[in-house]
Amino acid sequence: MASVAEPIHAGLAPSARPAVRVVPVRGLPLVAVAVVGLVVAIATNSTWALDFFHVVGGGLWTGIDLFFGLVLGPIIGTMSIPARMEFSSRVMPKMLLIMPTLVTMTLGSGFQLARKLGNLAANSPNHGWLVASYIVVGVMATIALGLLEPANIAVLFELRKPNPNGARIGRLMKIFIYTAGITGLMQIATLVIMTRLASG
Amino acid sequence: MEAHAPLEERKLPPVQQIGVAVLVLIVAGGIYTAAHLPRHVPQGPTIAVLCAAVVLLAVNVSLLARIDGFAWQVFRLVSGWVFLAYLVIAGMLEYVFIYDHTRGSQLLILSLMLAVFAVDIPLLLGFSVARFQDADR
Repeated sequence: MASVAEPIHAGLAPSARPAVRVVPVRGLPLVAVAVVGLVVAIATNSTWALDFFHVVGGGLWTGIDLFFGLVLGPIIGTMSIPARMEFSSRVMPKMLLIMPTLVTMTLGSGFQLARKLGNLAANSPNHGWLVASYIVVGVMATIALGLLEPANIAVLFELRKPNPNGARIGRLMKIFIYTAGITGLMQIATLVIMTRLASG
Repeated sequence: MEAHAPLEERKLPPVQQIGVAVLVLIVAGGIYTAAHLPRHVPQGPTIAVLCAAVVLLAVNVSLLARIDGFAWQVFRLVSGWVFLAYLVIAGMLEYVFIYDHTRGSQLLILSLMLAVFAVDIPLLLGFSVARFQDADR
């Protein structure tokens, strides 16, 4: 396994590294379409539209978290620093747009759906499961916003430097990999709660 | 110009830790509120959480402002864009609150919690990136 202190210069020369764009601007129209669609779904209170946004957003969010945390994360951990850099410079900017969009789609539509189906009511048999899902999402949000996302963006900015610090990238990537693993495991709890809710 | 210690060795105030603490308080307040909706939400705990978050956020801003030799340009760049993104997310949530007929003091508390959230996250992300950048000349 590559050491996190491995010098970066042994890998990719600055000229060989791809230019890192922190926010992929071309993806912004797709984000706008998703957000507008969500607003329309909430405004029309259509069960199908709310279900669509919740199932599609939640399925992708859970799937990506599980895949990143439990499959890709351990693989990235065994890659050399230059390979991690190249992978990060291509994947991280896209994740920066995809994940907040999926989370907004899932939570916005999910809350409205729960409200419409009566699951928010304290006397609903599903209320306890709903509160459990709030707690799981809350913990995941804290980990994602407090640790994972700062590490992700810091790596991207480090990669933009003429001479990125390999040890620093290694350390930040470690935080990213561990937190992605934790959120991946927490998504298993989400799957249990949501399938329990869906089966009544 | 005064020389600064290498980036990894610089002693910086616990801005990130306090930022995460603010985030935890807001998330806890949000979970407490959501667990009660659509019934009346007891306001004591949410106001206490909100006040604690505001105080910690003010402390954090003050600590951040006192850092000598910091990459303020990068901080402004990151936090500015993140603020824009979170303005959209906070706006979306505010829309849902109003759409769901949340009114009066409950709406005010939720809006203030959103405002703290929309300031805390950009500050947290801006600091996390700028701390590893060379200070402005």
